[in-house]
Order: sequence, then structure tokens, then C-alpha cells
Amino acid sequence: MLSVNDLGIHYGEGPRPVQAVDKVSFNMAEGEAIAFVGESGSGKTTVALAISNLLPAAARVIGGTITFKGKSLLGMTADELRHIRGKEIGMVFQEPSSYLNPCIKVGEQVSEAFMIHYGLSKDEAASKAEAILERVRVPDAERVYHYYPHQLSGGMAQRVGIAVALSCQPSLLLADEPTSNLDLTVQAQILNLLKTFNRELGLAILLISHDLGVVSGMADRVVIMYAGRIAEEADVHSIFKNPRHPYTQALLVASRIAQQEEGGEVQGSLPDLTNPPPGCRFSPRCPKATEQCQKEPPKVTFERGARVYCWLYG
Amino acid sequence: MTTAPVLAAKNIVKHFPVRKGIFSKSNKFVRAVDGVSLEIYERENLALVGESGCGKTTLGRILCRLIEPTAGTIEYMGSPVGEWKHREFASGVQPIFQDPYSALNPRKKIRKILSKPFEIHGIRFGEDRLIELLTQVGLVPGKAFLDRHPHELSGGQRQRVVIARALALKPRLLVADEPVSGLDATVQTQILNLMRSLQNVYKTTFLVISHDITLVKTMCQRTAVMYLGKLVELGPTQTVVQNPLHPYTVSLLRSFPSGDPEKREWVDTPPIAGDVPSAIDPPSGCRFRTRCPAAKDRCALEEPVLVPCRAEHLVACSGAAS
Repeated sequence: MLSVNDLGIHYGEGPRPVQAVDKVSFNMAEGEAIAFVGESGSGKTTVALAISNLLPAAARVIGGTITFKGKSLLGMTADELRHIRGKEIGMVFQEPSSYLNPCIKVGEQVSEAFMIHYGLSKDEAASKAEAILERVRVPDAERVYHYYPHQLSGGMAQRVGIAVALSCQPSLLLADEPTSNLDLTVQAQILNLLKTFNRELGLAILLISHDLGVVSGMADRVVIMYAGRIAEEADVHSIFKNPRHPYTQALLVASRIAQQEEGGEVQGSLPDLTNPPPGCRFSPRCPKATEQCQKEPPKVTFERGARVYCWLYG
Repeated sequence: MTTAPVLAAKNIVKHFPVRKGIFSKSNKFVRAVDGVSLEIYERENLALVGESGCGKTTLGRILCRLIEPTAGTIEYMGSPVGEWKHREFASGVQPIFQDPYSALNPRKKIRKILSKPFEIHGIRFGEDRLIELLTQVGLVPGKAFLDRHPHELSGGQRQRVVIARALALKPRLLVADEPVSGLDATVQTQILNLMRSLQNVYKTTFLVISHDITLVKTMCQRTAVMYLGKLVELGPTQTVVQNPLHPYTVSLLRSFPSGDPEKREWVDTPPIAGDVPSAIDPPSGCRFRTRCPAAKDRCALEEPVLVPCRAEHLVACSGAAS
């Protein structure tokens, strides 16, 4: 359904732009739940923004293709895009209170999509909006319809955000850190809601998260990113049981999911992406790095539907 | 317990007035902390766990004397805090704040930031003491960091400076409010390992305020769980995590991501519905009853008190105690 090939994105002009995304490729099938995991600066959000064509003005796509249902998303006109974004591809972001319009009643924000994409009248759209608010389990939807975003709790605002994203029954949902500011008990509720749509309606979910715990409950397949590149991709069970890339292993320890061995702490922090290391970008921090790792970017090794970019396996 | 607690809080209450306008007199209060008692013993880290709005940060600030409680008493080293000079108390109890980006003055160099505690307390110090502090928190070579401004440091490095500043006066107790929550996972590990190793060097005790149970498990011997301004459970971390008695603790632990794709009950059947009610007008009786799966009629009538259920394991629930 979605195919990204050799995607490269730089931020900023000049001789030394930030090399935010470098040669990222992946495929996504209908109904699949795939998670992109990485720390800040890993490029995971930039990939999602490129798919939804919402990259900030400073970003430049320097190469690669993004194909959605046979159509190339890069280089589409604004008009063509409007038929896909919001209709075929829905989006949910972190901090729902910041992307809902504070001056418009939440119900009207949900019904807007029905008027734009289906040409429904205001009343028809309103009843559709109420129905979808009920589907995302907003209690007392009829009353909440007339609320403004500031009257909602964080969890409730995210439900409204999901209602907006799902109003036109998209086949793909991009969810960028959908629960990172929510409380644990509310996070479980929101993730359960997304999982239900994934299972029952076959909604494909591309989840962007820094939290491996969240990913463990949501994803079928996991892509680990580091400093703009893919480090490893595998099904969720392999990632958690048998992580292969040293960065994935470090991340599992850091997330307090895997046990910490003596001294198993990764030193330092992310490299400067205006001048990334010439070899593997994780090599300056990698406990297993060799001379080759510092010189040459790792080649990909495929194994049973999984892939890892690491010289340990090449 | 044979040793006297470093800090003992009794019936701490903090109500914040809700103002509608400048001239209107407020008659509503946010009951942020509503009658909390706890004791922190030397070298026994205590965790304060709860969701946002439960009052854990407010309680932490009261225990550092950054804000005055509406009611209640605090004893430090066996004497009421009122009998201690503010400076003496402050050199013994230091806060580590949540956000290292706002905890350091952006206009001051690291040298100035680290000198401040010594200057305030009139303690003689040399540059070597500042470099020693920086080295101890892993900022080496320390001399190179002295003349930098906070914006030149990464989030992890800033948190190291915050910790160095808190340690400068060799406090007995450090109140760490979400010490790693804004940091990347690999940097979190670095900071937590640092806190652990410094505890051995400085023999300090930590009060860790966090919503992260895995962090608490690795750092703290005892855990207190808060809900809407009240303690609902208090006991050894091991027991609280493995045998939680309060239905809220049970739900909170079950909501926690398992980190194991084979165990997805926490997503498949979320333990509780709804949000935390408002602290302005909390439910009568037990404050958790509106979301509690085991709530009975009497829960609305009587307010449960924190009572021992097993050895050193206290719970405030009329259902769990009987």
C-alpha cells in the first residue's frame, strides 16, 4: 500500500545542511501496524511528515520516492494532495490541544471533513460527526460536540483528534507520539482505541514513538531509526526477544525492558547531523564498533523478513 | 525503624485558591494535597508515584520548603522545620527539578551557577571544588565546562549540572521530581546510573517523584502511591509492585506498558475508564470510587484512612483492609 524508497531529506540550505533522513526505505501492507522507534533527532517524525506532505519549509527532499496505492506522493499538486491527505491518510499528533483550533467547537472541527470530502450539508455532517465521536468513545457526545478544545482533558482532546483523523475512513493513520503527554491509565485507553480500529476495520497504522513499551503493545513490525538512518527492522517479537543491532539492544536496556549488564551504558549522545560520522552513524557510541564501522556505512543484511544495518552481520 | 527519619511530614494540606477575576474573592480551592503523612529515612529512597494532578509535585515542593503548606507539620532530623534556620535546612534538603532547560539561568555561566550555593551559604570554595563537582557528574574535563552557558549543553549535560549544583552542599536528602522524564532513553540510563553512583559517594537519600514504575523499581526501597491529593498506598517497593492492595495501584500497574509483545492485556483490556476527576470538587468518601471497579455504596460515605495491612504495607481502602 505504502512504499518509501531511498528517501533523503535535508534541513537548511548552505554547504552543511542537517542530514535528517538518509536513504530510508520501507514497505507497508494494508491493515498493518508498523512502528518507527528512535530518540529525538532520529528522523522518525520527518519521515512521517514527508508521507503526509507536511514538511516544514526549511526541509528539502533530496532524493527517493514515496508511493501510496500506486500514486507518487512527492510532486503532487496541492489539489491532488487534498484528495489523499485527510481522506485516504489520516493523521494524529502529540498534544491534541495544540492542533485542534481553539476557537471552533470540537464538533464542528469533526464535521468539517464530511463537508469538504463528501459535500454533505451542515446538518448531515453534524450527525455524522456525533456518530464518530461516539465511536471513539467520547462519553456524552451530544454535549461534547458543543465544547471548545480548552474544555477537554488531554485524553478527551486526543479522542477528538482521532475522530477528526478517522472521519473519512482513511486506510492509513499516521500517529506521531499519540500518547506521549497522557497519563498511563489514559494512554492505555487511547492505544486500545487505536488497536481496535486496526483490528476491526483493518486500518493501517504507522506509529511514531520513542517509547518501546507503547510499541510492544501496538506494533506488528518495528523499524528502529538512529540519526536519520534505519538501524534494524523486524517483526515485533524478534525486536524484543532477539534484537540484533547494538543500538536496539542499548535502547531495550535504556527503556528498562532488558536487564542491564555491568557497564552496559551507551555513552555520549546523538552525532551532529550537519557533519555525521562517515561510517555507521552509531559507531562513535557503539560498544562493539570496529575500524570498519567508523569508515564505511554498514550494508544491509536480510534474514527471514528482517533486516539489519550493521557490520557485525555483514 | 530504629533511626529517626530525615524528614517526617504530618497531615500536610495544600489548597490553592481558584480566582475568577482580580477583584472576586475566591471560595473555591484546588485541593492539591489533602492530608498526607509520610516519613523518609536515611539512605532509604522513597518513591512518590501517581498521575498528573495527583499532587506529587506540590508535595515535593512543600517538603523542600519551596512553598508553605496550608496546614500540617514537617520535622527535619527530629525537630520541627520552624526551629531550623532556612539556610541550614536548605543545605540538607535540595531539589532536582524536572526540566533541565528551565532549571538553569540561561544568562549565567556554569561557573556562576555552581558557585551560587557556596556563596549563599558563605562557604569558602575554590575553582578546584567546582571542577571536582563537574567531574563527579561526568562532565570532563570539568574546566572546559566552567565558562560555558547552559544553551551550549545538551539536555543530559544540563541535568548533570543541575545534579552537581544540588550536591554542592552535600545534602542529606535530594528531592528529584521526574529527574529524567524529558530526556532520551539512552541519556536517561546515564543520568540514573549517575544518581546511583553519587548516592554511594555522598550518602544522600532520594525522594524520587515519578510516574514511571520501572524507574522506581530500580531506585527506591519504598513506594508511596498518590491519587487526587491523598496517599492511597505505602510500602516496600517490592510488595507494592508485586502485591498491590489498593484498586488504584492495581489499575496503574496494569496500565503500564509491558514491554513484551506477548503480553498485551494492558492494551487489549484497559483496566480503568475515564479521567481523573477535578481536585476542586473531589468525590465524597474515597476519591477513587468513581473509577474503581470494586466500589461499593459505603465508599461514597466514609473516607478510608491509611492503615497497616501487612507489615509496613499501608493502604487506604475499605475493601482491601477487611
